Formats: sequence, C-alpha cells, structure tokens
Amino acid sequence: MRKVSRLSRFNIASLTLGLAFLYLPILILVIYSFNASRLVTVWGGWSLRWYHEFFNDRAMIEAAWMSLRVAVSSATIATLLGTLAAVALSRGERFRGRTLFSGTLYAPLVMPEVITGLSLLLLFVALNAERGFWTVTIAHTTLTMCFVAVVVQSRLGSLDRSLEEAAMDLGCDPVRAFVAVTLPLIAPAIVAGWMLAFTLSLDDLVIASFTTGPGSATLPIRIYSEVRLGVKPEINAICTLVIALIAIVIVIASLASKLSSSRGESAAPL
Amino acid sequence: MTDELPRTDVTANAAAGDTPPAAGQPLLRIEGVAKTFGTFRAVDSVSLDIKAGEFFALLGPSGCGKTTLLRMLAGFEAPDEGRILLGGKDIAQALPHQRPVNMMFQNYALFPHLSVRDNIAFGLKRAGLVRADIATRVAEMVALVKLEGLEKRKPDHLSGGQRQRVALARALARRPQLLLLDEPLAALDKKLRESTQAELMELQRRLGTTFIIVTHDQEEAMTMASRIGVMKSGKLAQVAAPRELYEAPRSRWIAEFVGDVNVFDGEFKLRDGHRLVIATRDAGTLVTAEPREPVGETKLSVAIRPEKVKLSRRGPVSEAGREMAINSLDGVIADICYLGGTTTYKVKLDAGGTMQASVVNSARLDVDAYSVNQNVVAWFTPDDCVVLQS
Repeated sequence: MRKVSRLSRFNIASLTLGLAFLYLPILILVIYSFNASRLVTVWGGWSLRWYHEFFNDRAMIEAAWMSLRVAVSSATIATLLGTLAAVALSRGERFRGRTLFSGTLYAPLVMPEVITGLSLLLLFVALNAERGFWTVTIAHTTLTMCFVAVVVQSRLGSLDRSLEEAAMDLGCDPVRAFVAVTLPLIAPAIVAGWMLAFTLSLDDLVIASFTTGPGSATLPIRIYSEVRLGVKPEINAICTLVIALIAIVIVIASLASKLSSSRGESAAPL
Repeated sequence: MTDELPRTDVTANAAAGDTPPAAGQPLLRIEGVAKTFGTFRAVDSVSLDIKAGEFFALLGPSGCGKTTLLRMLAGFEAPDEGRILLGGKDIAQALPHQRPVNMMFQNYALFPHLSVRDNIAFGLKRAGLVRADIATRVAEMVALVKLEGLEKRKPDHLSGGQRQRVALARALARRPQLLLLDEPLAALDKKLRESTQAELMELQRRLGTTFIIVTHDQEEAMTMASRIGVMKSGKLAQVAAPRELYEAPRSRWIAEFVGDVNVFDGEFKLRDGHRLVIATRDAGTLVTAEPREPVGETKLSVAIRPEKVKLSRRGPVSEAGREMAINSLDGVIADICYLGGTTTYKVKLDAGGTMQASVVNSARLDVDAYSVNQNVVAWFTPDDCVVLQS
C-alpha cells in the first residue's frame, strides 16, 4: 500500500483554488435551484418550488425524456460500432486503406460541431428524412462513435495478443477467443466509452439543433430557447437534476472500473 | 500427487481423432517447411522427425526462426511450403484449436480475469468435459505442478515461478500429444530456473508427453533435451544429442555457439594412418584424429574445447605427458579467470595464437594454480581435436 502523505500548504491552496474554479459556479447554481424567489439573482429563502414547476412543465419533461432516449440509444449504437471499429483497427490484418480508415474514423474528434451538424442536416434534407428522434440519434452516433473507438482501441492496444492466441490454443475458435478472453478484458473500456457517449449526447446543443425537427427538442435546445426569453429559476432546478444524473453515471463508471481492476487487471501487489 | 496419468484423452483430443503412435515412433514429421515474411525467409525448408515421448530442444540465437517454427506447429502461422504431419495427418493448415497440440507461452499469457483454477479449466471447458471431470482434472494438474492452496488466486497475485506453473498446468490439462514450450524459463532467475529445469524433465518423463522447447540458452537445451536441433538463419544446422552436438559439432559456427572452443585455422599436410597432420597458422602443427565425415584435403580448422586442454609447468616432468598427448604447445599464462569450480587460463602460445584451458579446481589450496606470466605447456590428444571444414 502507498502511504498517504500529508499535503503541503501549497498543495492545499492550489487544490482549493482549482476545485473552486471548477465547482463554485455549479455550487451556486445548485443552491439557487432551491431559491424561493422568482428572481434568479435574489435569494428568497429555501424552496422546492422550481422542482415542482419543472415536473409540471410538460414541454420541459418531454424534452428531458427525448434527451434521455437519444442519449441512451445513440450511446448504445455508438458503443457497438465504435467497439467494432476499434477491433477492426487493432486486431484485423493490415488491410489496404487502414490508415485512411482510422483517419476518417477520428475526423469527428477534431471537426467543428457546426460543420458536422450542418453536413448532417444537408444529408437529411437531401434524403428527405423526417427530422426528429432518429435524425438526432444518428447525428449523435456519428459524433460519439469515434470517442468510443479511441477509448476501446487504447485498451486493446495495451492488451497482450498472446492472450487471444492462448485461448485459441486451448480450443477456442477466433470468435470464441474474443468473447471469452478479449471482451471481458476490454469491458471496462467499453463501459467507459458508453458513459462518455451518453454524456456527450446529453449535453450536445449544436448538432442537435441542426438535426432535430419541430416538436422534438432535446433538453439543451429547450433550455437554450427558454434562457433567451430570460432565465427562470426552473432552469436551475433542471440543471441541478442533470448534474445529479451525470454525477451518478460517473460514480457508477468509476466504481465499475475499480471493480474490474481489483478483479486482477492492474498489478496489485499482495 | 498422481503418479499414473492416462496417456491420451480422446475427449480432449477429439480434433485429432486417432491415437498417438507408441513411444519411439515418429509423432511429428516436419517436411520442407518454409515461411517467408515479406522478403525475409524466417524458416527455410526445415525437415525434422520427432519421436513420441521425446524432449526436443530448438536452439538458436534470436531471429534464427525457432519461434516461427514453433508457432507453425501451434497453428499461429501457416507455412508457405511443406507439410507438418502429426500422427500421420497433415496439420499444416489447421487452426490452433483444431490441433491436439498445446503451447506454453513465453510470457505465460495467463488470463488475468480468471483465477488459477479457471485458467487451468479453460481448455477443458472448451473440450466439452463435464463439470465433475473438469474438477478432477484441475485438481490433478494443481497437484502435479504443486500449486495447492492457490486455486482461487488471480495471476497478478502470484510470483513468477507460480505463474510459470499455472501456465504449464493449463497447457498440460488437455493432455496434448505435443507440448510446445516457448522459452519457458526465460523469465525466472537463475536458481529457480535450475530447479524448474529438473522439475520439467521429471514431469516430462512421468507423463511421457512429447515436449518441444524453444530456447536460446544452450545450457538449458543441453540439460533438458534428449535431442537438440540447432537453427541458424532459418535452417536446421545440426540435429543431435547434446553430447554429440558438443563433442562433434558439424561446423565452426555450431562449435562456437554451443559452449566455448579454441579454433585454429590451418591447412591439411598429410595423412598418417588414422591421423591427420594439420599445419595451423597460430598453433603450429597439430595432429588430429580422422574426422568421422570425410573432409576435403585443403583448408581445415581444428577445434579444441577448453576443458580438453591440460596445462603443465615446463620442464622434464612434463615431457612424458608431452609424448603421450602428441600435441603440446609452449606458452605463457596471459590471463586468469577464476570461476569457483573451474579456472579458465588464457595461454599466449609461442606459435602466436591464444588458447583457453579450463582447469577443475580439485584442490582447495592453490597448489595447482598457475600465475600470470608463468611458462606452461598446453597439451591435448589427437582425439580431443575436432576437424572442421573452414
């Protein structure tokens, strides 16, 4: 076990500043979400009024539900496709055009979202596709797939190839070897990739606003349009709920990866 | 501890179908196997027979193709040419899981997410054994490699030696007709390596499984194997029992690769019965026994192992030995390398060359020892010399 060393004064100061920089705005938002006052910037005592308001705001609830459905389905599709792409890139034979394939796969990582959104919009219009849930889901899959591929590929790269060979040597055909040995070992990366895709989709505004249609706004779009008319304290309540959801997802993700590493992936001395 | 294990297991080796040949019969026949990576010919027309129950070592420097050959036997590489017959059936193009062959990997390749027990049981589950049989077999294997009490541990919580045992047990669990071991002891420290060598030999003898081991360590190959195939640049340079390989190497390269050796280049002078007289550049005229394989009567090399060279002080006492030995060379001790059990003396010969002589330190006190700059006579018999084509 590593010794827990005492933090020096300097470390405490820099840690406090850093955390304050990151979390003070969020903390204020959370506190103000319990504000009883109608005015966002004036404190009027504790209340759950805006949470109540939110749960009675049909349009907002629908937008939140839409966002959740899009996030879950696009993250799932992106994880599937991204994992397959990562496997093809790191395990496949060195096929012709491999470099080009990996280049095009990772392009959305650096592509400005406006361009991704606009090009997808043009595509959907050209295809005469009705814009709504599915177009946003497809657009988010395009955006998040490369993130999943990066995470999974780095895990695959660190995995010893002889593990798969050993599985084949012990009677597995290549597919079985992948399922029995590789998949359990890259599972934490796949889960992490899913979580990443989920949160990216949940908070995307730009691509969603390009690719969605009337009557199917996602939560960020809805919040953004509300804020333009003036910030209601209800927005604070919604944001607090989103923060809570994301925090829960992150905690689960880190617990999962901790669990899998204690199952014997990292070197754990006795 | 199980003393008697059934030799074959039809269930585990269902892919092979037929029973392995009896001990002494060729189990594995490699015929003109070649493998090219790009323009590099990693394995170049290798042909080799390996008998059932043999402990065979593939020895060679790194990059000589020994691992590629082993991987072709396991099925991870397909040969470009030639056939690999196992029990009479060509398996050259069969996939790894279709062969009654198992491999122990150099880095062990233990599954980190599975316990010791599940690692050993992995291949048995794939073989379709019922649960009770798997449990029995795993217990058998655990006892065989002395891992009792560690069944539930994960590989990360084992020492290097324990991991090596798990890898061995896992590879043996399916009772393969042929076990391939890729540098199995390379990751162990010297003491552990020596005891593990002995255990591997004992295990092989008891199970009767055919072992093929790949190693770059000539001592390891000599200790364990009943036959050694020396590989160089993708080709088999010599296949022989350890003693023959050491005492009758077929080429200068082999003589130098396997152990230490003094080599003197020279020219054939004359034949005297069963003796050859060879004039060397650096050690004067040497008399050697006639080599087993006829050599051309031109440029030849004479190789003498350091431990065959005896040293004496100069003077009348050494004359008798001189006469008997026939070959005796005057020189001066140039360098001394004390190794505990033996001492290696480097003798600067009056004829020009240097010669190493390895002397057993049979006495505790240094009465027999020589000192630097002492005049000595290095002597050896014609039979101590190996004549090699230059």
